[in-house]
Parts: sequence; structure tokens; C-alpha cells
Amino acid sequence: MAFISSGYNPEKPMENRITDIGPRHFEEFLPPVIKKNKGTWAYHEILEPGVLLHVADSGDKVYTVRCGAARLMTITHIREICDIADKFCGGHLRFTTRNNIEFMVTTEDEAKALKKELNGRKFSGGSYKFPVGGTGAGVTNIVHTQGWVHCHTPATDASGTVKATMDAVFEEFTSMRLPAPVRIAMACCLNMCGAVHCSDIAILGIHRKPPMIDHEHLDNMCEVPLAVAACPTGAIRPTKTEWQGKQVNTVAVKEERCMFCGNCYTMCPSMPLSDKEGDGIAIMVGGKISNRITRPAFSKVVVPFIPNEPPRWPTMTKVITQILDAYSKGARKYERLGDWANRIGWERFFEVCGLEFSHHLIDDFRDPAYYTWRQTTQFKF
Amino acid sequence: MAKHKTPLLDQLESGPWPSFVSDIKQECDSRAKNAKGVDYQIPADCPDDLLGVLEMSYVDGETHWKHGGIVGVFGYGGGVIGRYCDQPQMFPGVAHFHTVRVNQPSGLYYKTDFLRQLCDLWELRGSGLTNMHGSTGDIVLLGTTTPQLEEIFFELTHNMNNDLGGSGSNLRTPSCCLGQSRCEFACIDTQQLCYDLTNTYQDELHRPAFPYKFKFKIDGCPNGCVAAIARSDFSIIGTWRDEIRIDQKVVAAYAGGEIKPNAGAHAGRDWGKFDIQKEVVERCPSGCIRYEGGKLEINNKECVRCMHCINTMPRALRIGNDRGASILCGAKAPILDGPQMSSLLVPFIKAEEPYSEIKEVIENIWDWWMEEGKNRERLGETMKRLSFQKLLDVTNIKADARHVREPRHNPYIFWKEEEVTGGWKREIADYRKKHQK
Repeated sequence: MAFISSGYNPEKPMENRITDIGPRHFEEFLPPVIKKNKGTWAYHEILEPGVLLHVADSGDKVYTVRCGAARLMTITHIREICDIADKFCGGHLRFTTRNNIEFMVTTEDEAKALKKELNGRKFSGGSYKFPVGGTGAGVTNIVHTQGWVHCHTPATDASGTVKATMDAVFEEFTSMRLPAPVRIAMACCLNMCGAVHCSDIAILGIHRKPPMIDHEHLDNMCEVPLAVAACPTGAIRPTKTEWQGKQVNTVAVKEERCMFCGNCYTMCPSMPLSDKEGDGIAIMVGGKISNRITRPAFSKVVVPFIPNEPPRWPTMTKVITQILDAYSKGARKYERLGDWANRIGWERFFEVCGLEFSHHLIDDFRDPAYYTWRQTTQFKF
Repeated sequence: MAKHKTPLLDQLESGPWPSFVSDIKQECDSRAKNAKGVDYQIPADCPDDLLGVLEMSYVDGETHWKHGGIVGVFGYGGGVIGRYCDQPQMFPGVAHFHTVRVNQPSGLYYKTDFLRQLCDLWELRGSGLTNMHGSTGDIVLLGTTTPQLEEIFFELTHNMNNDLGGSGSNLRTPSCCLGQSRCEFACIDTQQLCYDLTNTYQDELHRPAFPYKFKFKIDGCPNGCVAAIARSDFSIIGTWRDEIRIDQKVVAAYAGGEIKPNAGAHAGRDWGKFDIQKEVVERCPSGCIRYEGGKLEINNKECVRCMHCINTMPRALRIGNDRGASILCGAKAPILDGPQMSSLLVPFIKAEEPYSEIKEVIENIWDWWMEEGKNRERLGETMKRLSFQKLLDVTNIKADARHVREPRHNPYIFWKEEEVTGGWKREIADYRKKHQK
């Protein structure tokens, strides 16, 4: 392979350089019916799972067909998406904030044809390429992070856990039979690039072993004060140690103070903490972002640890379906998962979901802990 | 013929949900065949090696990506994230495998010609693998080598008229919901505001000068489809402050069962006949709705704009006409001190171009946070450490009952000297004149 230059000249890096132009203006990409009626939409309807109708004050209609995607996608796949958009939608499409793909057309017949086309396309391994769904009171696509595919701090895989989960709850993606929307999110470590801290159901990768210390390289690779300051519990202190007859600057970890957040590793690559047996998944539930009826809420940990069981994480998917089934049976129409748990009480939540309550689920992290303890005699037997 | 055996990953090809493994395998085939005769600028078999290293992680239960590394394009401190495999001999195709963040268009609408240009670029100079999209909202191009970075940037800016996004301790690529483009609930033009802020603050986006990351997210209404309240340091959420518009005829149509409630979102189960009293009136969190004699009345003064009634009867009820946004500050995920939701700072602000009022709030906050924030301290943590009052001070915003869920529990008030009659300076000798030791 010969190096091909697009025009960049390292000898004169500033020559013809264009910087700080921002993204393309969104108007260039809007479908004509969307551009024409922007700001004057009157109402919408979900005609069937995955098919939306938006009606403008002008009477114009746009039909949207929504389908799931793996988020991690190749250019071959994107080109196929483009082919579909060229064939049906005049070359327009959009993505949702939850990594679904949306194709927009102006007649119901086109929407039906599009749905058929999308559901008809499969990968060689047998899975759908573009399953239609993800609307209304159901499970839509999972927002997630990189996991073992590309990240340096994960405690689990992201794409794999999401694939396993979406396979397990696929019927809730293609139907709208739950009491309210259920948003599942996945983050492969406590950094939470996926912001799972406010989701109905959160899959969260966690570590359980304190960092190892690579004394040989630490002083060269890390700023010791930054590593010390990185620890939220003050478990790290600077120290010196003998390494192959030489005295080196390094750090020491008070292990019983470690809550395995991995922040030290982020600041100092010589403090890795991932481990096959130590790492796994915590399940959190009851978070929400919407202000609808009740205020936004944080997710709560209900299962402190599930081991990594690649490739399909069966214990994790079993727990998720147990929670989803109990919620589906017990909640009222419009009631989000956390609101249902609050109404029946968390002691009852564990009972009906078949989950064990353990001391790991009582908060012991600073002030927030106190606000979660019970200060009333109102409880259920 | 696959380069590496991947028996564990192969199990993720079955099941209905789109398989990323099958997708990567089709990319491997495409690059092996190279039907178009592309002169690949990074190893053609890098997707094969990605599957290989991922399979190894599935066996080992641990990641095989090294920690960071500083790479980027000239003059920028963000937009590219260095990534190296820790088994480069076994998987040379992904030995260097950097991520490029590309600034996405507001609302994530695309024309296929743009996407095809992106695909061509990433076929020639990258792995052919992407995220559509990353958690912050960017288009994420996964996997290239250092010599390609400037060339990719040149192509993006010269031929695609598009810039990189943000990474590191800077402004992260702002993102928004699709807003007024296709949603009747959007109170503000989220796309234009997002575009304007992104372009106004290009310097902050590309040249890290902050204590830590800073995120703008813009939701068109309190339904919060981009989760601004949960994950942005500066959350702009559309709202209104006049009356919800009611079409009583359509209310009657909902009551009569002619129109499905909640836009049909519950159609998958028989929940019985729609009952306005039970499903709307009794669920209103501020109890400000009455339904009598077939007429729906809302006491708008008591409404908290939660969206439930509007979501449930979108054809009968519409957002008010006096629209703007609420600004909330300080959301973040748990690292370091636990999760934080954004706290209300500005109850209502007009969101009209050139958005000067909003920018004034932003810049006042930045001046303060850049001065006072510690290394890797998000705005929410600075607020917690130095007080909400300090945030009010620096933004010249007057305290308001809307700023709190409830007033403080403890009377340990930090009075300022100028707030107390006579100030703090007193003479002990004067005190002793009236009080013996």
C-alpha cells in the first residue's frame, strides 16, 4: 500500500488549513416535508410498533419507520442503509438518540413497503439487519459504550451484553405492551460514558479487585500527585519502594478503602485493576430522565454482582427478564419502572422480582448513603 | 476464510437482534475481496484482527486495549483518541487503532451522499468500522493509524465541510433532540441553538482549557429525549410559561374513544377504555386539571409542565405560545463523588438568535469554573464544593424559591459581613465593659 495524501503538507501544516468550521448545517440534510413544516407540527400517532405518523398544521404528513441497529456498524452496513434511503426516501434518513435508524416517507403505502423491506433483510448469521420497532410503551434500542471492543477501562463487554439483552427482550422491541417505555442502558465501567445512572434498567460493568501497581514503570508513566488526588476515598498515598535494587517513587493502596471505581487507572496506566473473576456486572433499576408525572430519578443498584459469562451472559439476561416480567404484570398504565417500585415499596420489589437483598445494596458511600436509609416505621412485612 | 477462529463471538450471530459480529464479518469479506481495488491505507485485515482481539477478551474476561496515548491533529487538543492493542504481534492490524470523533449534524439527519463520502473516506483511511453514534452524540470512526489523522482531517474539512468533535478536558460536542424538525412538543429550535453554540465555542471545543469535560445538551421539552438533565453540565430544556392550548372538540373525541390515547403508544395491550378522569386528571402531579361536563379545564398557574396530559392527548392539548427554556446545571455520572442531576438555575429564558442571554450565563459560569475548578472536577462538583449561592453570584441571578426542592434543614447560614448590621468588627474591650470575665 502506497501512502496517498489528500493534500496535507507536513512541511507547511498551516497552508490552506481549514479549522473550526463545526458540523454541516442540519438544514442541508432535512427531508423536504420536514424542512417545510418545521416548527408547525400539530400532532403525532404511532400507527403500529415502529411506524410513526406526524401531521403538520398544513395538513402535510410524514410517516417514519424506525428500526434497531447495533450501533457498532460497518461502512458496508451504512451503505446498505443509504441504498434503502435512496430507494424509498429520496436519500434522507436520520438516527435517534438511542441509535435507532429512521426512514421517512410521505404516504402510508410507502411506509408499509419500507417496513416489509427492512424486516426482510437479514445478516448471513440469521439476525435481522433492520428490525422495525422501538416505539411507545416498549423497550427501544440500548444506549451503550465500547466495552472490550475498543476501551481500555471496561469491566465487561458492551456490544455483547447488549446483543444478548436485546435478543432476550426482542418481543418488547417489536410490540408496545408494557405499562410505559422501558429504557435500558449499558455502561462498561463506572465512568459511565453511557450515562446509565438515570435508566429504567441499567447494565453496569464493575470491578471488584483493587488496582495492581506496576512499580517498574509507575514513576515514568504517571504523575504521582494526580494518581493520589484521583482517589475519591483517599486510599492512595505516595511512597518509595525497592525495585530490582533501585529505589523508585511509586504509590501504595490502602486496599480496604478501595471501592474499585478505576479512577486511579484512568489517571495512571500503571495501576490496572481489571480481572477475569473480579470483574462483572451490576444491575440498576428505576431511573428516568423525563419529567413526566414524577421527577427525573437516579437508578438504584438491585443486583450488586453478576459474573461475566460471555458470549451470552445468561444470568444477566435472566435477571433483566425477571424484572421486566414483574414490572409488566404489576405496574399501572403510564407508570415507569421506578415509580412502580416506589409505589409497591422496594422490599416488595425484591420479592416480586425474585431478587435477593444483601448488605451490598445498602449505600455506604458518604452523605448519599444516609438519604437512602429508612427513617420511618412505615414498611411492609 | 476467517483469519482468526472466533467460536465465542460466533454465538452472537444467532438471535433476532442485529449482530455486530455478522456485520464485522461482512466487512472482513468486503476488504478481503476488495472489489473496487481500494489502496487501503491501514491494514486491510484490521476488522479480522478486531474480531480476533475481541474473542481473546471473551476468553480472558479482560480488555486488550492499552491506555490512551496522545495523538491528534495539528492545533487541536480534542477530537481524536489514541488507542493501541496490547497484543500487537498477534493482531498487527489493530496495533494502532485510534478513534476519530466527527461532529454530527444537529438532530442526526443525513443525506446519503454525505454518509457515502464518509464511508469512502473510512474505507480508504480507516477500519471501515464506526459507531452511529457515540454516547455524546458524535459520529465515531473506529480505528486508524497516526499517519492518517491529518489526511482524514483534511478530507473532512476540505471535501466534506465538516469538523471534528470534542474529547478531553474541553467542551464536548453539543447535542440536541430533533426538536421542531419533527416534534410538536418542541418549545425551542434545539437544532439551531445547538448549531450556534457549537460554532460559537469552536475554540473551547477543540483546545482543552477547562478543568474537565463540559457538556451542553438541549432538550426541546421536559420529556427530555437527549437526557440533558442527567448528563450535561449545562442543560437547556424547552418549556413555556403561559397556557396549554385545549381543543375541547378533540378532548371529546378522546373521551369517546375515537382517538387512541398517548398517540397509540399503549396499543399492544388491552388496557380498557380510555378514562380521562383516571388517566389524566388523577395523574396530574400538581392536581391542576378538572374534567367536568365533558370539558377539560387546566389551572395553568398551578401546572408544572410535566407533559403527561399533553403526551396522553397530543391532538387535544398543545404546548403554550410563550416559549423559551429552563437552564439547569451540573449533571454528571457517578465518577467521582456520586451521580448528580442538573439543578435549576434559570427558570425561564428566551431562546432566540443570537442567544446572547444564554451565552452570558455560559460565559459567566466558565469564568468561575475555570478559576475555581480543580483538576478533573465537573461543574456539578464545583457547585457542591463552593455552594449554589456562589453560582448565583457569578451569574448575577437572584435567589428564587424555584431554585430549591425545599429550604435548608440546618440553620448554619454563611452570613456575609455586609449582610449584618454594624459589620463583624467589634472591640473586646467594649464587650468587657458590660461583661466580666
